[in-house]
Amino acid sequence: MLAWTIYLSFAGALVEALLPKNRPALARWFALVVAVAGLALALLSFAAGATNHFQRSVIVDVPWVSGMGIHYLLAADGISLVVVLLTGLAAVAGVLFSWNIDLRTNEFFAFFLALIGGVYGVFLSYDLFLLFVFYEIAIVPKYFLIAIWGSTRREYGAMKLALYSFVGSAMVLIGLLAAYASSGGHSTGLVELAHAGLPASEQMWLFPLVFTGFAILAGMWPFHTWAPTGHVAAPTAASMLLAGVVMKLGAYGCLRVAISLFPRGLDPWGWSFLGIGSWRDVFAVLAVIGIVYGALVALAQTDFKFVIGYSSVSHMGFVLLGLVTLNQIGMTGAVLQMFSHGVIAGLLFAIVGRIVYERTHTRQLAELETMHLSKRLPFASWAFVLAGMASMGLPGFSGFVAELQVLVGSWVAKPAWTVTAGVGIVVGVAYTWRALQKAFFSDATPSAHVHEHGHELAAITWPEVAGTVLLFGATLAVGLYPRLLLDAIEPAVKTLLAGGVR
Amino acid sequence: MNYGELFRVTLPETALEIAALLVLVVDLGFLRKAALNVRAGAAALLGVVGCAAALWVMPMQPMGGYFYPGTGEVLLATGGTAAAAQIGILALTALTLLLLIDSTFTKHVGEYVALILMAAAGGLIIAAAQDLLVIFIGLELLSLGLYILTAFAKRSGASAESALKYYLFGGMSAAFLLFGFSYLYGITGSTDLHRIMLGLYMPNAATASPLLYVALVMIAAGLGFKVAAAPFHLWVADTYEGAPAPAAAFIASVSKVASFALLISIGAAAWHIFDGMNGHAALMLGFVPEPQNTWLGFHASWTRVLMVLAAVSMLVGNLTALAQISVRRLVAYSAVAHAGYILLGLAFFSYGPRSAEAILYYVLTYGLTTVGAFAVISVVERATGSDRLEAFSGLHKRSPLLAAVLLVLFLSLAGIPPLVGFWAKFNLFAAVLNVQPGGAALGLVALAIAMSAVSLFYYLQVMKRAYVLAPADETPIALPPVTLVLLAFIGIAVVVLGCFPSLLQGWIAGFYGGM
Repeated sequence: MLAWTIYLSFAGALVEALLPKNRPALARWFALVVAVAGLALALLSFAAGATNHFQRSVIVDVPWVSGMGIHYLLAADGISLVVVLLTGLAAVAGVLFSWNIDLRTNEFFAFFLALIGGVYGVFLSYDLFLLFVFYEIAIVPKYFLIAIWGSTRREYGAMKLALYSFVGSAMVLIGLLAAYASSGGHSTGLVELAHAGLPASEQMWLFPLVFTGFAILAGMWPFHTWAPTGHVAAPTAASMLLAGVVMKLGAYGCLRVAISLFPRGLDPWGWSFLGIGSWRDVFAVLAVIGIVYGALVALAQTDFKFVIGYSSVSHMGFVLLGLVTLNQIGMTGAVLQMFSHGVIAGLLFAIVGRIVYERTHTRQLAELETMHLSKRLPFASWAFVLAGMASMGLPGFSGFVAELQVLVGSWVAKPAWTVTAGVGIVVGVAYTWRALQKAFFSDATPSAHVHEHGHELAAITWPEVAGTVLLFGATLAVGLYPRLLLDAIEPAVKTLLAGGVR
Repeated sequence: MNYGELFRVTLPETALEIAALLVLVVDLGFLRKAALNVRAGAAALLGVVGCAAALWVMPMQPMGGYFYPGTGEVLLATGGTAAAAQIGILALTALTLLLLIDSTFTKHVGEYVALILMAAAGGLIIAAAQDLLVIFIGLELLSLGLYILTAFAKRSGASAESALKYYLFGGMSAAFLLFGFSYLYGITGSTDLHRIMLGLYMPNAATASPLLYVALVMIAAGLGFKVAAAPFHLWVADTYEGAPAPAAAFIASVSKVASFALLISIGAAAWHIFDGMNGHAALMLGFVPEPQNTWLGFHASWTRVLMVLAAVSMLVGNLTALAQISVRRLVAYSAVAHAGYILLGLAFFSYGPRSAEAILYYVLTYGLTTVGAFAVISVVERATGSDRLEAFSGLHKRSPLLAAVLLVLFLSLAGIPPLVGFWAKFNLFAAVLNVQPGGAALGLVALAIAMSAVSLFYYLQVMKRAYVLAPADETPIALPPVTLVLLAFIGIAVVVLGCFPSLLQGWIAGFYGGM
């Protein structure tokens, strides 16, 4: 059943490409139907998984290239189900927040659905070759979504994103080929490769190579620079997808491929320098730097969207930190943070890029300050207040549970990481507060310049309300009752820690 | 000498030559007064029929090939990789012939088709040849045809200029090749590939190793020219730019398949030296059938030469392509890069059929993709009069199908799954690592993958023009029917073969099994 999320998305993309050009409404509704169908499938499978105690279940297993042991193998465990659910949510919300796209509408949704199909594919693949294929399929639509429909420096942002992604995937491909060759070239299945017994010396270089390759897409410092420029250049729906699911592709790859297949690569080197004695320490330090650095840079931005862009780098740092804690609570928190950040960042980008920018035509905080948006766009203001609270990690929202777990996990592993990451949380409160205050609740006197442009802002439309409610409901549901997802994540993490993929 | 046997082995070549003569007769005799498009259509169709006839007579060739009378020395092989390459050559020739129908660069369509067929016959000989002299004859037959084809747009100065450059470089490299061949003959006393390989392991050859190096470098220069490997690639950009599009497509596809088939023959001969001998003889020579580990003989030195060529080609091709503003030159430099990837597969050649299959898969699908790319370029050129990047601006608006095919073809060349170019690369690199899972092989594979990340940039430059930028001129581009069918076919083939790699791979492997 879950495999149909992939097929539906790709078929939808193909149909969209063939739809007549001058019927934007048709293209929108069709995309919405496809996205909702995907979400429904994800929800049904999640419910079905719950009755099954979230055991790993094989969905499809067909020999693909028989001579080389490559299988078309789709399977899902609890982690996959959670991220698939996130993809479904992001897809529906993305379509809703692109309701105003009038330029080449059918092509926009064709690329959009192709991207979604690739993302579903990555999350469901249990064969490394297949996973890689889907991973690369997701790169090209991103480029066109940004380059054609984007804004600020879109061609630059799009090309930077495409090249960063491709360099990352090139590193993964080298790792894939090397692991495949040295395991004897019998299979590219994740399970088989994990049991191939690759020598520790080999895992020692394969792990950092593949982890870095994936982490580039997860926005790991210092390879994060594509993220802010890409997010800012992208049209709203693409920013939502980039922050919401594409960065998760990277984190998911780190977990599913790098950590599961090359666990010995995390072993201590036997010597240490400044307290760094293994690749695990290296990546933890990079993650912590990302958390603090992203938050500090977000504090200094003048462009509203850049604030959110850098906050993504900061929040994704928590995911990476959680992954390298290598303990149950930290890794569970990392997966939960993937979901949480996906939903919250989507919401923030939607408010900034769609609800506010499409009406005010500026994202400069200095200009927004003079517009009194809290009075003129009360819906946007209160939505941002709530989303900001979720983003800060206030109790009651999903971010709180996730980041708390990551911090507890990293305290167990190394208290210094938690202390430093805690600084990031404090700064996180500051930048969210600053943006909120400047954009919506500033009482700066409106200048004469604004009075000239003081036309009525367009009313909020139903797709915007629906999308906001959907994403907000998701973060609130998980925040209030985290067991909803934890029940799915915990067994999968436990299996993973107990000895790689099974 | 058994001429009957020789005739049976060369049946496909004969079919092509007969078709070439028929085309001349029909075009210059019967259709003299007809309109140009009728003549072009008739000539191209006759050419395609000739290719089909050559395919049809292939099964009538005797098994094993043609032997030099009285010895076990094969002159022309049949079956195996040779047959797979020959079928590929014939199919690609037919496709490039179809490109002629909608072209207007010449009035002499009969001569054009006849030359293509004769050059293709040269390609068939190269793919099957197992003897230095036969190899050289085949190469010259192919090359002479290519020089004329390059110059075929008589009204274009660029065409004449590029043909002269191509000819001068080609003549020089043929001289190098012959010089290298003469040294090989001098060291081993034979022109048969297998005997040469064996002779190089003999004690008296070991003392002549400096000569062997000279010979190998000369041969690498000669063949490197044919496959467009750097640093012997200087002709490529000019020829691809100046030649008429169908001729350029022929040079980029058929000529490459033939030359790489020859390199496969050389690699296979170097590996299978002792296949015909008993174990005792091999033991006497102190030979362990893993020439990778020995510094004796042909294999080790050849590997080193090819490694250098591969690395230089990947670097030069990809980095130079970054700076191009003409799409034809961009495709030309990317051809150098692709030659580098394939040479990597030849440098680490497997004892079993794995490498040969991967290389054939790569070069056949690459040929197919390139023919499609040149078809797109020629349509755009006819509509805009230029092959500059700007000429592709807003292509998606002017012709959505053309833009979509271009997208598929260029993404395939860049190695994006699920298109065929990705699988070709993966399969090739996996074959390389299968021979040597670490060390130099791994380093070069890493370089190749890093370089294909670079290549995405310049392919995206074209895609950006086609899909992102606004057109300077919004008039729709009409696709002529034959080109339309051809492009749709190639586009679908690139997607389908990429999604189901076993189709073509199984087909190629079937040939090897039958050998």
